[in-house]
Amino acid sequence: MSSEPTEVHHAEGDHGDTMTRGRIIKVALILSAITCVEFFIALYMVPNGHMPINVANPVYIVLTLFKAFYIVAFFMHLKFEKVGLVYSILVPILFIIGLILVLTNESHHWITLRL
Amino acid sequence: MSATVTQIDELKTTPWSGGRSPFNVEYGKMMMWFFLLSDAFTFSSLLISYGALRFSASTWPIASEVFQSVPGTSIEHGAPLVFVGLMTFILILSSVTMVLAVEAGHRMARKEVVWWMIATVIGGFMFLGCQALEWNHLHSEGFWWSAIPNAETLKEFFDPKNLPALAQQQMTAHQFANLFFTITGFHGFHVFSGVIINIIITLNVLAGTYEKRGSYLMIEKVGLYWHFVDLVWVFVFTFFYLV
Repeated sequence: MSSEPTEVHHAEGDHGDTMTRGRIIKVALILSAITCVEFFIALYMVPNGHMPINVANPVYIVLTLFKAFYIVAFFMHLKFEKVGLVYSILVPILFIIGLILVLTNESHHWITLRL
Repeated sequence: MSATVTQIDELKTTPWSGGRSPFNVEYGKMMMWFFLLSDAFTFSSLLISYGALRFSASTWPIASEVFQSVPGTSIEHGAPLVFVGLMTFILILSSVTMVLAVEAGHRMARKEVVWWMIATVIGGFMFLGCQALEWNHLHSEGFWWSAIPNAETLKEFFDPKNLPALAQQQMTAHQFANLFFTITGFHGFHVFSGVIINIIITLNVLAGTYEKRGSYLMIEKVGLYWHFVDLVWVFVFTFFYLV
């Protein structure tokens, strides 16, 4: 994601830079590979005690975010859109992060309310 | 006016100087993006509520115990993640065929677009079929909206070494059931409407609508929706089946 919304960037980057078949296959393989790593952790490493569950959970979330990046950037083509569009889609995601922070914090208080 | 280019004229070439869209994207496609953003808010609210309820619960049904069968076969135990893994790969693959349809559309290759779209629709139906089996299996165990299995079945879903009290098991199982069916149901509804939209667009391609229009941009727009459905599944998969 480049942050220079100039005409130069437009002329050089956007038109030639798009999803070719080779790139589609590559992204598909990356997504499958990440999913396989998740399975490996869930089916082998955690049950056999190679990785505690409180380490595995953040790893799952990071891997999920990687997958989300590849889907949005390449399959949904957002990486190759104009920077204005990219920001108008990505910046509102801050609201979601805000809700995550507020509600995870809040939920820790619900525990005491329930007892 | 003189022919010399002043500083002011230079500025007018920036994307925001007016006269053309700074986003350089067709109206319908931009609106699809904003619709998907609002849909992302909806799904996030559901998933964050799930997270908050789960954080505030002292216990929760173990995913590898609840989802350890392969519905539609005789495998009832000991195969956690196998079935949902199949569903995940089906959805990723149908996303790949969708992006291949978009790529074919850029080359105006009508036949290829049709075949890739048909493959995408088949992938969508396969996913929906799997989800129906999964729901049916959970329902046969006793799970449904505000319905949970009897105490005998229920205790299999919790850690036997540290078994919570029955009332706690029942409370979290209720929450689990409601959240699971609501969230996967809302996602499944999106898959279903995506399949319907894909079928309509495929019929349009066959009828030559986009050939006449001179652009297969419509494939890109429905493609965005379809990839979004895949994107949501990635999160649902992690938070219901892995964590």
